[in-house]
Amino acid sequence: MKQHVEVRRGQYHDSVTLLAVSRSVSAVDGVAAAQVAMATPLNLDVLAQMGFDVPPAAPDDLVVAVRLAEDADAESALAAALDELARALARKDTGPTGAAAEPARTTGLALRREPAPLALVSVPGQHATAEAIDALAAGSSVMLFSDNVSVHDEVALKTEAARRGLLVMGPDCGTAVVGGVGLGFANVVRPGPVSLVAASGTGAQHLMALLDAAGVGVRHCLGLGGRDLTAAVGGLGAEQALRALAADEGTELVVLVSKPADAGVVSRLESLAAELGTDVEWATLGPDRPDLTTVAERVCTRLGTAPPDWPTWAPPAAPKSSAPGLLRGLFAGGTLCDEAMAVAGRRLGPVASNTPLADWPALHVDGPSALAGSLAGAEHAMVDLGDDALTVGRAHPMIDPSLRLEALRACADDARVRVVLLDVVLGHGAHPDPAAEHAPVIAQALSTGRDAGRPLDVVVSLTGTAGDPQGLTTQAEALAAAGAHVLLSNAAATALAVDLATGAAS
Amino acid sequence: MTTSHHLAPSVDALLAGPQRVVTAGVDLFADALEQQAVTVDRVDWRPPLADPDAVRAVLADPRREEANRTAVERVLASGAVLTDVLPATEALPIAPGTFFHAGPPLTWDTASGPMRGALIGAMLFEGLAGSPDEAEAQLAAGRLADGTEIVLDPCHHHAAVGPMAGVVSPSMWVFELTDPASGRRAYCSLNEGLGKVLRYGAFGEEVTRRLRWMSEVLGPLLQRAVRRRAASDAGPLDIRSIVAQMLQMGDEGHNRNRAGTMMLVRELVPELLEIGAPSRDVADVVRFCNGNDHFFLNLVMPACKLALDAGRDVPGSTLVVAMARNGTDFGIQVSGTGDEWFTGPAAVPEGLYLGDYGPEDANPDIGDSAITETAGVGGFAMAAAPAITAFVGGDADFALATTRRMYDITLAEHPVFQVPVLGFRGTPTGIDAVAVARTGILPQINTGIAGRVPGTGQVGAGLVNPPAQCFTAAVAALADRARRT
Repeated sequence: MKQHVEVRRGQYHDSVTLLAVSRSVSAVDGVAAAQVAMATPLNLDVLAQMGFDVPPAAPDDLVVAVRLAEDADAESALAAALDELARALARKDTGPTGAAAEPARTTGLALRREPAPLALVSVPGQHATAEAIDALAAGSSVMLFSDNVSVHDEVALKTEAARRGLLVMGPDCGTAVVGGVGLGFANVVRPGPVSLVAASGTGAQHLMALLDAAGVGVRHCLGLGGRDLTAAVGGLGAEQALRALAADEGTELVVLVSKPADAGVVSRLESLAAELGTDVEWATLGPDRPDLTTVAERVCTRLGTAPPDWPTWAPPAAPKSSAPGLLRGLFAGGTLCDEAMAVAGRRLGPVASNTPLADWPALHVDGPSALAGSLAGAEHAMVDLGDDALTVGRAHPMIDPSLRLEALRACADDARVRVVLLDVVLGHGAHPDPAAEHAPVIAQALSTGRDAGRPLDVVVSLTGTAGDPQGLTTQAEALAAAGAHVLLSNAAATALAVDLATGAAS
Repeated sequence: MTTSHHLAPSVDALLAGPQRVVTAGVDLFADALEQQAVTVDRVDWRPPLADPDAVRAVLADPRREEANRTAVERVLASGAVLTDVLPATEALPIAPGTFFHAGPPLTWDTASGPMRGALIGAMLFEGLAGSPDEAEAQLAAGRLADGTEIVLDPCHHHAAVGPMAGVVSPSMWVFELTDPASGRRAYCSLNEGLGKVLRYGAFGEEVTRRLRWMSEVLGPLLQRAVRRRAASDAGPLDIRSIVAQMLQMGDEGHNRNRAGTMMLVRELVPELLEIGAPSRDVADVVRFCNGNDHFFLNLVMPACKLALDAGRDVPGSTLVVAMARNGTDFGIQVSGTGDEWFTGPAAVPEGLYLGDYGPEDANPDIGDSAITETAGVGGFAMAAAPAITAFVGGDADFALATTRRMYDITLAEHPVFQVPVLGFRGTPTGIDAVAVARTGILPQINTGIAGRVPGTGQVGAGLVNPPAQCFTAAVAALADRARRT
């Protein structure tokens, strides 16, 4: 007959608790009898009567006595009994008003109360690292929407994430899709074999929209934050994302989308992808690099799908004019703005911008109120309205279009302007009905042009999918009905805008 | 590079489409997730009390997690048995002219009314002055009549604690508690009872007469009883175990010590009866202990002190190892910053007042007894003692909410101290200074209230919080050390 008796010094539990504990330990398979009790004289008598041989113990000590069944495997039955003991002694409930617990004030506390695989952090930048450290320490990945996080902190967080086998998406990561769940600004995509690794939020959204239109599904889009592929951060986020996707059975092809990237970092990542055996389409963007529409077409080809004719929605009766004039781009998405400048620049020469490409002319805009004035004095120009200098004290233009609408009205009043190019981005997190905001102002702008007897066109690059909450077709038709040319491809929209500005449109 | 190339299991759960996401910040994104049928846990985020750069530096300190685990495990593992009762001169480095006191360091000039009253009372008790005026003159001059320098030194600097003014003078007797595993010790004076007592700043004939009886009769009898018990088969009395039991009997170990006192007396009476002392003295001792519901407080406190001293001096640890008040300042000490005190002005407790006293009669917070909260009992175990909440007109829900909130600023749940109404959940133990600074949740302390004017005594009891600046200063100091390593 095998028995186990131990004395735990100074561990007090009340007798009612211990009766319940004894009962649950007795019920474990392979346990013939069990008694867990304080070593009071009475209990010592009971234990002696049960046949247990208890070493000297004081009334303040806890005695654990277990007798195992003859036919039981002693080692595993005892282990199971002691596990049950630990569980029964540690049992917790939240008490009579458990539901009334106050909300957790830090990410760490929330995760301590109940784990989650992801924390989405969008607190002001100087506080964001603390919340991200909490998440990693709790074994959770992080999407860090917050900007104004230092490169030092970004490297430290991503290094720690790699050590713990977790993902850090960001800082300044606006877009991610994981297992069909959109995070931040994200489009609703059909499921499929392609996963994106993206150091560009609107770039990733645009590519997802194009692939969706081409019938190519997207499995994940892991965001990195815009600095990940710089030499300073060294692609730490991309490396971890590639490892995660290499282990993900449903991913057949990875597309890595990045703003202009450090060549050394890209080459290291290429080696890693080869080592992991992962197929990667490299889409690092730049003035002399393929645009996102070309990337989407390459992806289609790699998957054996013919690239489609990218959807367009024409205005009801577009007046034709071959008179040339100036191009104005008013963008909410930084990558879309960069791409439009690169596409337009090939035909128009350098385009001025508040976020200029390379050594192209800079458009100085000292805050939102100076925007109309700066544009009035410029030649061909494109503005990234999401740039930090223009979002001080206001929401991002994907949420609040008022600054852009003001600029659009100003462009309509400027006799030198021939065409205005806008991006409208749909999806979770974006404005619930951007067409309702933009269409009346577009109609009004076009009517201002007609009244002045001069040609004016508005071209909209519309990034969205059929599944987006706003509805792609509904939005496109409302914008076209207001008189805009609407195109899904940003590159094609830019090409049309250049055609109109140069009088080349037929 | 030591980067390992594994992926955490949570990454699988993430890529499968997260069922649950914690969000901190913009509600728009939380709303969007809920629209996608994801369970969202929204953090009730707010800017930290402390400088965000300091908070970040402390959180990013690679030593922190392990250091806190080490420090808090040491606290939880510390036992506390009653090994002796003896004169302060035999236990502590204290000589005539030296007075230990509660809280962080102070001078006569900065001492509050009750602290001054207690020091005057101790001078009279020690026979160093013939009148309160004489005592005050010597204290103000910093020298005894014979020229000996008067030294004021915190109890905490000598492994000791004292309730309220916490004044210990050489002729007083103290409890000695020992951690059986390490042999470390902690000391505390004997509790005088309520009303006009030295620890509340009262002095004079009544106070002196009681202190004299405590040194001549109470101390020596307890010494013989305690030594007899320690030498018996049962071994020394396990104070930690009594604290665990009192929490299950409606005490929280700071403002309510009734069950603890009864259990102590129950254990000591047989020994007292057998030491051969005059039965009249034995009866007086038992009556005195029984008649003072706070007698056991002076054993809870050194038990807590023993535990927290075990958690000291772990580099990188943000564990608070002392919270103490001297009637002027509130001070805390933190494991990772050695003996440095982080202080702020002590607040006046909110509570109920005796007789005609009111808030205008109250002195700011005073005493080392907040060591109980630091160790996970007292206000932190308020849910175990709903009767306590009458002090602020609260109810049982208030007591539950208070204890629950303290889990948000503590590192562990105590394996032995449990709260029945919370399903015997362990009490919230081990205050994390950086958690306090981030959440703005200040530790809840239950306390007695001393009269502002020297000589008044106790005027009430209630609840109080430390000033936030203790914690912001501690986080700044931890950040400095983290950046230097």
